[in-house]
Order: sequence, then C-alpha cells, then structure tokens
Amino acid sequence: MTYPGEFFVDGDPIADTKAPDGPLAERWTKRRSTGRLVNPANRRRLDVIVVGSGLAGGSAAATLGELGYRVRCYCYQDSPRRAHSIAAQGGINAAKNYRNDGDSVERLFHDTIKGGDFRSRESNVYRLAEVSVEIIDQCVAQGVPFAREYGGLLDTRSFGGAQVSRTFYARGQTGQQLLLGAYQALERQVSAGTVAMHTRHEMLDLIVVDGRARGIVVRDLETGAVTVDLADAVVLAGGGYGNVFHLSTNAKGCNVTASWRAHRRGALFANPAFTQIHPTCIPVSGDHQSKLTLMSESLRNDGRVWVPSAAGDTRVPADIPEDERDYFLERRYPAYGNLVPRDIASRATKAVCDDGRGVGPGGRGVYLDFADALTRLGRPTIEERYGNLFEMYERITGDDPYVTPMRIYPAVHYTMGGLWVDYDLSSTIPGLFVIGEANFSDHGANRLGASALMQGLADGYFVLPNTIGAYLADGPFQKLTPKHPDVVSARSAVSDRVQKLLSIDGDRSVDSFHRELGKIMWEYCGMERTDAGLRKAIELIRSLRDEFWTRVKVPGTGAELNQSLERAGRVADFFELAELMCIDALHRSESCGGHFRAESQTPDGEALRADDEFSYVAAWEFASPPVLHKEHLTFEYETPSQRSYS
Amino acid sequence: MKLTLRIWRQSDREARGKMVTYKIDDISTDMSFLEVLDVLNEQLTATGEEPVAFDHDCREGICGACGMVINGVAHGPQKLTTACQLHMRHFKDGDTIDVEPWRARAFPVVKDLVVDRGAFDRIIQAGGYISAPTGSAPDAHATPVPKPDADAAFEAAACIGCGACVAACPNGSAMLFTAAKVAHLGALPQGQPERASRAAAMLHAHDEADFGGCTNTGECTAVCPKGIPLTVIGAMNHDVLGSAIRGR
Repeated sequence: MTYPGEFFVDGDPIADTKAPDGPLAERWTKRRSTGRLVNPANRRRLDVIVVGSGLAGGSAAATLGELGYRVRCYCYQDSPRRAHSIAAQGGINAAKNYRNDGDSVERLFHDTIKGGDFRSRESNVYRLAEVSVEIIDQCVAQGVPFAREYGGLLDTRSFGGAQVSRTFYARGQTGQQLLLGAYQALERQVSAGTVAMHTRHEMLDLIVVDGRARGIVVRDLETGAVTVDLADAVVLAGGGYGNVFHLSTNAKGCNVTASWRAHRRGALFANPAFTQIHPTCIPVSGDHQSKLTLMSESLRNDGRVWVPSAAGDTRVPADIPEDERDYFLERRYPAYGNLVPRDIASRATKAVCDDGRGVGPGGRGVYLDFADALTRLGRPTIEERYGNLFEMYERITGDDPYVTPMRIYPAVHYTMGGLWVDYDLSSTIPGLFVIGEANFSDHGANRLGASALMQGLADGYFVLPNTIGAYLADGPFQKLTPKHPDVVSARSAVSDRVQKLLSIDGDRSVDSFHRELGKIMWEYCGMERTDAGLRKAIELIRSLRDEFWTRVKVPGTGAELNQSLERAGRVADFFELAELMCIDALHRSESCGGHFRAESQTPDGEALRADDEFSYVAAWEFASPPVLHKEHLTFEYETPSQRSYS
Repeated sequence: MKLTLRIWRQSDREARGKMVTYKIDDISTDMSFLEVLDVLNEQLTATGEEPVAFDHDCREGICGACGMVINGVAHGPQKLTTACQLHMRHFKDGDTIDVEPWRARAFPVVKDLVVDRGAFDRIIQAGGYISAPTGSAPDAHATPVPKPDADAAFEAAACIGCGACVAACPNGSAMLFTAAKVAHLGALPQGQPERASRAAAMLHAHDEADFGGCTNTGECTAVCPKGIPLTVIGAMNHDVLGSAIRGR
C-alpha cells in the first residue's frame, strides 16, 4: 500500500543498465575485460576529486593516484587517518576458505543476499564476494597486522549471519589497521605527487555543468574561505548518515552534507529508511550523552545474551540462578544462537525490554555475559581476543566485565541506504561516482557484520578504479573556469547559505535542535515504525525545521574556525534527509531487514516481507514533493524466502 | 558536581592567547571530559560568547583527534586513556581544572585547543608505508608471519597519531610516533625491502618538521593512550644505523 500524492509522486522506473549479463560468476570478469580504458599518458591529464578519506575514499584516492590520474582528496578532519572507518572493531569478511569449513564466494554471496533480506542486487553482491579475497591479500602486502596463529597463518572468527569462520581481524581494532593501510598508501601517493590532500575542508555543494558533475564547492574550515575545485569526475565517499538520530555510534563529525548536496543537484537517493540498529552498544546513561559506543559483534562469539526470566527482577546478575535466566537468542534461534544477524538480535532485545525484563537504569538493557567463556577458555584467552573492548567498557561504565556481565542495548550504527549507483558505481549524474557507505549498493535492508570494511575497500581498491575509466575515456571534458556562470552560482549559493545561518541570531543552539530531531527519529523511525508514527514524525520534523531556520543561534563569524557553523550546516541537511527517510519508511509498508513496520510481521514477530509489492529499490528524486523511481530487483540465482535463523 | 575550568583561549594562529576562567555546575560523574566541554559550550552560546574550539570526532579513543593537556598532563590523569574516554568520576566536586592545547613548536595552535598536526602526515609521507600498489599482492598466506612478530607489529601499529607524546616531551620530540611506524613495518617480512631507507627518511622528515631530539626521558610513553613502549625507539635507532652502514 503506497500513498503517492500525499507525500510523494510516482516517477518512471529506473534500471541498472551497466551490469553485464551472462552467468553471474563471469560478470565482473566480463566487465573488466570489455570496459573502455584510458591510456597512461592520458590519465595524467584527467582530474578526479575524491571527497572523504575513509576506507573507501582513502583506498580509491590512493589507487587512482597509482594509476596516474591527478587526484585531489578532501576530508573535514585534520588528517585523513581520522576518518570514522578507524573505529570499526570486529573484522572484515573474505571468502578465503582457509578454514576448510565449506566457505566459498557463492556462500558469501548467499549469506549477504539473505542477510540483506533480498533487497540488494545479485550482480553487485556477487562481485563483492569475489573481490573480498583480493582485499585480504592487498592488506597483508601493505603490512596490516592481522591476528595470526602460532603457525604464522591468519586467524579468523565468526560473525552474525554466517555458519563459517571467515572474518579476519586485528584484535578489536580491525578498522583502524585497515584504514592506516589505506592512509599509508594514500600518503605514499601524496609524496609521489599524484594526490593532493586537503584536510579541514568540507564539501558544501556539487558543481554540475551541462549535466555532468564537474567539481565541488568547499569551505576551508580553518579560514572560512569558500572556493571551487573543478575536475573531470567527482567521487563521493562521505560515509553514512546515522547521525540524523543524533545519538549513534558514528563519530561526531559524520554527516550527510556531501551526499545530500549531490542529491539536491539531481543524484537519486536510494532506500534512505534502511538503517542498521546494532544490538550491542553501551546503553545511554543520561541526557548529557553525546554519542553511543559500540561493543563489537565479535563479542557474541563468546558472550551469551540474557535477561531475567521474570519481569521486574532487580537482583544483581550474580544472584540470579541459571534456571531463572532467559538466554533469549539461544532459545529463539537455536541454529545461530547468539550469532543471529544484527536486525534480528536488536528486535529480540527490544522485545524483552518491552516485556519489562530489561536490566539497568530505565530497564533498557540486556546482559552480555562472559562467565562461561572465562571458565572454558581462561582469562588470558579472553584478554587476547577482546582485551581492548573490555577496557573500553570499563572506562565508560566503571564496571569490570571480567567480573560482572556487560549491559548492552541497540543503537544506530550504519546506514544501508545512500545515493543510488549503477554497477559501475556511477550515480544518476554522469561523472559523479559514489563509494562505500555513502552508496546504497550491496547490503540491501540489513548489513552483515564485518561487511562494511569489505565493501568500502572493495569499492575503493578494486571496483571504482576499474569502472571509472569507461567514463573518463571520453575526457578530458571542456575546460571550465571559476567564472563559468554555473560555477559562480554554486559558489555564491554556498556563501549565501553560510551567511543565512549566521544572520538568524536566534535563541536556541544547534545542538538543542539536533538532539530534538534525533529523539523524533529514534521514537518514530527507529527499531519499529508504524503508519501513524511516521505521519506524526513528518509533521514534527517539518515544524522543528521551520523553527530551526528562525531560532537557531550560531555564534562567531564565517571567516574563522567556527565549529558551531559547521554543525549548523550539517543539521540543516539532516532535517531534509529525516523527512525523506520517514516518507520512504511510510511508503514501504512491508517489513524487511532493519526496516520493521509493526503492521507487517509474522506470528513470531519476525519481519514479514511483501515481495509482490516491494521487491524494488526505492530511488528518490529531489523535488517537492519527492519523486519515487523504482528499480525492480530480479533474482536469478537466489530464491527470496522468509529468512530463518532458528 | 561543580567545577572551575581554566581554559586556553586563542582566536587564531597569530593571536596572543590567555587562560580564561569558567564556572560550571550540574556535571554528572558519568560524563566524559569532552561532554563537560559540550555543556560549557552550550552555556557560552546561550550567553552570546564564543564556544571553545577543540578537535574531537569518534569519542571512542581511536581516531586520535582529541587531545588536550589537562592539569598539566597530556590527556589528563587517567593512564592509557584519551581525553574523550576520560570520565568525570575521576574528578572531585569543586575541582579547578586547567585545560591547554598541545604545546610544541611543530604543532602551532590554530584556535583555542585546536593545533595543526600536519607534520605527522609529512613524516608518514617520507616513508611510513610499504610500497604495495593495488593489485600487486600475492596470496595472503604466501608468507607466514611468526605470531610474536605479528603481535609486535600490532603493538606498535596501535598508535593513534594523537600527538600526546610530543606534547609531553620536554624536547617536543615526535620520536615515539615516528618509531612506532618504523617498528610496525620493520617487524613484518613485507616491510623488509624498504626497512633501512624508511627509517632514515622518516627520521629526516621528523627533524625537518621542527620536532626536537630524543633524550630518553620517557614522558612520551607515560602519557601514550595506547601504551606504545619506549623500546620502539631503540628498534628505530637500529634501523637508522643499518641505513648508515648500507648507505641508503
């Protein structure tokens, strides 16, 4: 049941015209061996801008530099090494089958399609599984210090949604080590002169000339100077938009601005409602809370999740005997136990807390208990596997998880939605490519653990560098100067917006608006969504947004380092995105993956898809009201089924 | 809790800075140190004053963005803890807390508590990598790495590049940062071909960036939130010597 007319209108369907046909396993090879190429001498005359320096952006900038393109890379942090990929803890999947446990490219493909609840493309996901193998090789060659066994070979562990052990890791700091590998490759290219790195710069608009993406407008965050950078292609790698919820596991600076500005310039935004709520995060401790901290999914390899069997049981965990505990994941999902996918674990956790059986202040928490593992394996093994996570937990909560179980609760962690891209990772604006979490392509309605690192590096190291050539083979494009009317107007629009934010001079801080927006989104567009709730949210967002533009107070000027001003621009974009997310969630009246509509569930409370009606990607065009373009999903190799992990 | 904060305020690179005193109430012991600054900034915004600028991002102790000298100690009193992971339960009601930016010749102050750490990137550019262009890698299991070597590499690679080592060093030296990368890559078989030239080139870039020399005081490792051991500096000196002997 959709509602065109009220909040949106229906547009023409779209299709991914770049995906090769033929047998699934041969498509990527076919694409690589038939795509147009740019010869090395011509690459030196082509300019490519990369926005973002995380796993996707950093690896893409480095690899494009190695190929000989003239690359300029931008990040808002003071160094590319600080991009939020650095905080990924648990690991990276790869179908190496070093364990001889039945893993293969086909199985990783199958797990990812099923994990995404049959809302992603077969061609893309197969390619991801295929490339995963090369990523591990590449990272080892760069010196990434993965965990190893005594024989000197790589160690692996299991993650949610898989029955094999295919997750490679570097203690609880896999993202850090992979990002440093990409960062070092990037700095090597900076030294070689192929990449120019611009830190403390934020992209505030995309420049589109004659229908092609030709550059960006950036603000130097230290001086406030607004300038333009013109190129032959633009690659967005700005990450996800989880901070629309204010409280999330994202870094404080993570934002949607680069993607949203591109959306406003014509790039379609796909499945914005598909957000991932991660089951194991440290619960909120008070109103002052500025962010939430993830406890890696890898902990579910050895930790057991439980709550008291009876509601209102306030005894300390040690006083609750075994037979009065409910290990609810093991009970409901015996085949996967504590390692069910994230969306399933999060909803099960919410359900027991809604039952009055949650633990800790406010009853929004469940135990993640290592007592059995400590007895079975001993403290040294647990320390080696999770030492830094246990320390982090103790620093934040003051509790020692070696002695008392952790308390955890779900929190916003990742966004599967993002700018729509085709098989070549090109958006609907020619010359604008989108990679990593910023695109929507591979995870469907739910991402499996340890697959974000895989996708970011797949896109940046292996996919984009092999597909962007087909576009750039037509370049260099017509030379542009900063005086071109389209360039001038994009730049002045940015300056005007900065001035507007500063001139309101109201009486409410940017953060107070962000917190209020986050509460609306968590309440109505979080773990459980309803028709009535989403309608209410849209109303609340609209009125809060109007209030923002009349009452926000941004101190200081635009010609200096002004962190309030930076946040104001990002929150302004979050308001627009939030409304689209609610519209998307409202129109998709089925449940799938992380998108759970209370009206569409099985008798057991699991997500109930409606494939006849919703087996498509919802790609939204910026307009008032937004226009919905559907990309129909076809499954030639997998058969969409009700997911079962029990 | 009620606190008095004395914070370094400096409007830009050229301006003269000074310590400014602020009173703040209603601080919960569950707050992180950066959340206290958030509360202060909300208070300043409400009264029309400019908020305090400070670098921060992940607030999980891994991105290395935050860094400030708290009561004279880089990242504050809690061992092995970045400022973002420092919680107020380690302070007392009524405390007066001094907050200053990193102070080092190679880290100019940009504004308030924000400094320019671009010199760290320049040290990495000089050789803090293994040259392995995308696509050139053999199978990951082609070269087994003894577990002790892999563990040693990981221990050194845990550096987050925050700059606390430089702020704590009486000489303003970045030797711990530089040596951590040299030790990480030098511990692995993949890092051997460039081992000697890497150490020499990175040390040269370190000196060019105006960091001071190392006199083995060990303040760096004492404040390091990731516990990078002082022994990495010995490992780097070994490699630099190797470079001199081989003439590269």
